[in-house]
Amino acid sequence: MSETIKNFLYLNRKAPYGTIYAWESLEVVLIGAAFDQDVSLAFVDDGVFQLTKNQHTSAVGMKNFSPTYAALGDYEVKKVFVEKESLEERGLSLDDLQHLTWEDEDEDWAEKDSIHLVTRAEMAAIMDGADVVFSF
Amino acid sequence: MPIEVNGKAFETDEEGYLANINEWEPGVAEVMSKEDDLELTDEHWDIINYLREYYEEYQIAPAVRVLTKAVGKKFGKDKGNSKYLYGLFPYGPAKQACRYAGLPKPTGCV
Repeated sequence: MSETIKNFLYLNRKAPYGTIYAWESLEVVLIGAAFDQDVSLAFVDDGVFQLTKNQHTSAVGMKNFSPTYAALGDYEVKKVFVEKESLEERGLSLDDLQHLTWEDEDEDWAEKDSIHLVTRAEMAAIMDGADVVFSF
Repeated sequence: MPIEVNGKAFETDEEGYLANINEWEPGVAEVMSKEDDLELTDEHWDIINYLREYYEEYQIAPAVRVLTKAVGKKFGKDKGNSKYLYGLFPYGPAKQACRYAGLPKPTGCV
């Protein structure tokens, strides 16, 4: 395994079920996280719909994979950035999204929030600071 | 190649994983383990049942590292290591235990 840990940013821009991008991205994230990389996720544009609560997919005939986002904490993915403007433009707020957490082993498994609401300008800086950006 | 459990046929994929997770019953694990010459104990069932609960909640099978950590938290620190899990499932906790539990092969597991 490589000695240098790189900072990977997975950028999610698309709605969850119209294409396979969202699920593919999530699978790659879970695989990548299993190999001790520094992983962050970003949700912008229609990508913010991926994290919405109460998804029902039976009518579109696809598996509802939204419960899998809650497993990210187990995979030590602790940084999930959601763009504030993208939510607002779609009439959404943080309350419409799942509450994602991770448990801090060093603090007796205290639950901590994974989702960070950031502005468009902050998001640009996050992308700029990543070693590698995977766009889905 | 289908396996037979109590006179009922269960479809499996080419690697022996159950084709339909919803068809699973405990007898599936019994038959699969017998084929591997493994006797299932309560400790094995703890892991199998945990995997099924995990899948039910998150819709994925956990990676070995995730499983190891969770087992340590749930069943005691002495059990939260790969030595313990490989002791129970010599072919690998993810590959063997997930298969017995009727789950698909874990994501990222080669």
